[in-house]
Amino acid sequence: MALKIEARRQISTRMLYLTPFIAVGATVVAGFFLFLALGVDPLDSLYYFFVSPVETLNGLAELGVKAAPLIMIAVGLALGYRANIWNIGAEGQLTVGAVCGGAVALAFWNDEGIYILPLMAFAGILGGAAYAAIPAFLKTRFNVNEILTSLMLTYVATLFLAVLVFGPLKDPEGYNFPQSRMFSDSAILPIILEETRLHLGFLVALAIAVAGWVLLSRSIIGFQIRTLGSAPAAARYAGFDRTRLTWFCLLLTGGLAGLAGTFEVAGPIGQLVPNISPGYGFTAIIVAFLGRLHPLGIIASGFLMALSYLGGENAQITVGLPQAVTGVFQGLLLFFLLASDFLVRYRVRSVKPLAEGV
Amino acid sequence: MEPVEEVVKQHPRLELRGITKSFPGVKANSDVSFKVQPGEIHALLGENGAGKSTLVKQIYGILKPDAGDISWDGREVDVPSPHAARALGIGMVFQHFSLFEAMTVLENVALGMDDPGSDRAALAARIRLVSDSYGLPLDPAREVHTLSVGERQRIEIVRCLLQSPRLLVMDEPTSVLTPQEVNRLFETLRKLSAEGCSILYISHKLNEIKELCDHATILRGGKVVAECTPAEETARSMAQLMIGAEFRSVARREAVENTGPLRLELKTLSMAPEVAHGVPLKSINLALKAGEILGIAGVAGNGQGDLLAAIAGERRAVDAGAVMIDGKPVGKLGPAGRRKLGLCTVPEERNGHGAVPDMSLTDNAMLSGHKRMGFLKGGFLDTAKARSFAAEVIKRFDVRTPGTETTAGSLSGGNLQKFIVGREILQKPEILVVAQPTWGVDAAAAATIQQALVDLAATGSAILVISQDLDELLTLSDRIAVINAGSLSEAMPTATVSVEEIGLLMGGIHGTPEKGAA
Repeated sequence: MALKIEARRQISTRMLYLTPFIAVGATVVAGFFLFLALGVDPLDSLYYFFVSPVETLNGLAELGVKAAPLIMIAVGLALGYRANIWNIGAEGQLTVGAVCGGAVALAFWNDEGIYILPLMAFAGILGGAAYAAIPAFLKTRFNVNEILTSLMLTYVATLFLAVLVFGPLKDPEGYNFPQSRMFSDSAILPIILEETRLHLGFLVALAIAVAGWVLLSRSIIGFQIRTLGSAPAAARYAGFDRTRLTWFCLLLTGGLAGLAGTFEVAGPIGQLVPNISPGYGFTAIIVAFLGRLHPLGIIASGFLMALSYLGGENAQITVGLPQAVTGVFQGLLLFFLLASDFLVRYRVRSVKPLAEGV
Repeated sequence: MEPVEEVVKQHPRLELRGITKSFPGVKANSDVSFKVQPGEIHALLGENGAGKSTLVKQIYGILKPDAGDISWDGREVDVPSPHAARALGIGMVFQHFSLFEAMTVLENVALGMDDPGSDRAALAARIRLVSDSYGLPLDPAREVHTLSVGERQRIEIVRCLLQSPRLLVMDEPTSVLTPQEVNRLFETLRKLSAEGCSILYISHKLNEIKELCDHATILRGGKVVAECTPAEETARSMAQLMIGAEFRSVARREAVENTGPLRLELKTLSMAPEVAHGVPLKSINLALKAGEILGIAGVAGNGQGDLLAAIAGERRAVDAGAVMIDGKPVGKLGPAGRRKLGLCTVPEERNGHGAVPDMSLTDNAMLSGHKRMGFLKGGFLDTAKARSFAAEVIKRFDVRTPGTETTAGSLSGGNLQKFIVGREILQKPEILVVAQPTWGVDAAAAATIQQALVDLAATGSAILVISQDLDELLTLSDRIAVINAGSLSEAMPTATVSVEEIGLLMGGIHGTPEKGAA
């Protein structure tokens, strides 16, 4: 007996849309056994992980706080992925965006004015886009793989941020803590739900998802992106410029990640610190795929991944599980998603070793 | 082989009874029955989507019939896999070869066999023996990328013959061959048939079937509509049986001196090949006038792809003046810019090049028509407009599809070809460059496409047809040029040129034909 993998002749579209749900279900089941193996009550743990974080209004608001950057970044990533442009370095672009937006806030630390926030957002977008321009240039000019360059630049960005908060941007009155001054009130995003941390950035993220959907499905640029991803030779035939689209997708993704970074420091954090994001830039990759690279699907998957962050924190507090559980859950989800995607397209058949043919 | 034939004489080699096969939404084969006798050359004839390929795949064990039986030498058999089919003695030569270019003939043959044995020298000797005795000269040590398409086909045939098949299935084998190579193939097939090997021959070329086949089964809409003896029929009567309607032949154009203005000009265009092992374009000159159809003949793989890409703008010339449209140098312009100047193209590969397989026909109309046909409103897609254009293409070119929202990839090859060619023709280009306009398309659809090309030329468009189908070029073109190893011959008036002359140019032989050449 041997196993053989073969392509399915007919790929069911229904199954393709069902896979995210199957993956979520499988993750919960695997989580059950994971908790069991860790020696905690699995049902209790699942409750603390998936349900209890969102039982309160504050919990729901926190869900929005965490989902906002994920959605924002994932929409940009999805557009690129649709065109087979694989930006893996959104975390780095987020960091540089946060630095740029934060630098503007710190330049006006003693000022008030409604111009400060838009200026920060602009600087954040510019910073993220400029950082993504490096892999874009290397890709279009020297055909360097953008997966490697964008990923490696992430670590450069994180260290760059550390240099700044340990040095030039350190709060002069901060008792030598590695963090910047607190931003002025004008540099803090307005709260949209009283008594919570839910800020304006959440609405912006939803608007970006809708705009991304319109761009992808209705505009000529979206059409070019879809064509390039689906049939590169046909894109060339139609005269769609691969270089320009590569630039567009990378700058757009970088800009959105940069904006998300600015919103993080201008929202929940309120200053520059060495660790701005709990891996939003990487988690957004899972969000993008879980949402089927569709901007509206990404809204749903963004909430789900945000819940994994909250659940992880909650499980640490209530059941005393390690923080790594968050990462494990996110990994499980991606694993099951890729596996079910694969099984929708291929099937595994057992064959007698000698009867192998074709 | 003789004694075996004696025993099975009373039974047909292959008999299909009531073969039925459905796919979601289509009945590809319904109650198909026919027999192939030992040593018979049996034609399977039918329009695109008539179910020929589906039927053959069931015989070769790639697909499983929903209902019906297959008998082999009078014994009912189950063919669960190609391996089982080969074990019975069925060999198949596909339209598209599955060969590794960087490997030798010997290695390719060994890879495709179920039991090549470990002695390579012995296998090489067998290859030489078989190829010589059937007039298919083949050097086992040659690497495949150095071979012509005709020679590559020989590898596939020899690979089948090494397994001593008793039924050889050939799917459109002549579409890539020169006339001389076709003749040679027919000799081989006749020799095989004389030795008792049955041949199931799939083709849409009616003249070939008339010349070669003893019997023909005609499929239409998945059903057997007629059986006939090709020798007793005319090509026209078979075409009528095949399409079930009056067959319309293309109005041959009057040969007149073309005095129209020069539309497209290539001046000493040279270009390195895009793919490894390709042939470079060598100093190509060409002048295409308004209102004329110029044909470029040639065996596949002689630079046609790069020539088309260079004209379309998918590949830019080093020198802008190497490609001129209406006297303007456009060598550095991309496809969109050239399309704006009135140049539309149909690439050879439909899926993935001329069309995006997983997009709808509407989106595929958008693909090449968005600028020229005004399917854009300020950067946004005017899908309704593209949809109605797609619907018009479907209607005018009789594309068999449930509707405009069907994906291009789900159409049969011929139907997609009709859609793509129709899409470009209906954009009323001033210059149209078409590769293989009717490749894999049935006779009726081919006539529609060819007529549309002739009509388009009559309105003053300049048309360049790059094709491996010589009959088609002779029917359509006012002038004919031959591409071989990246060089383009002088264009000759079709009225005065002979098939032999073109055939020799295709084989790379210039000047007086030598005896038994090519």
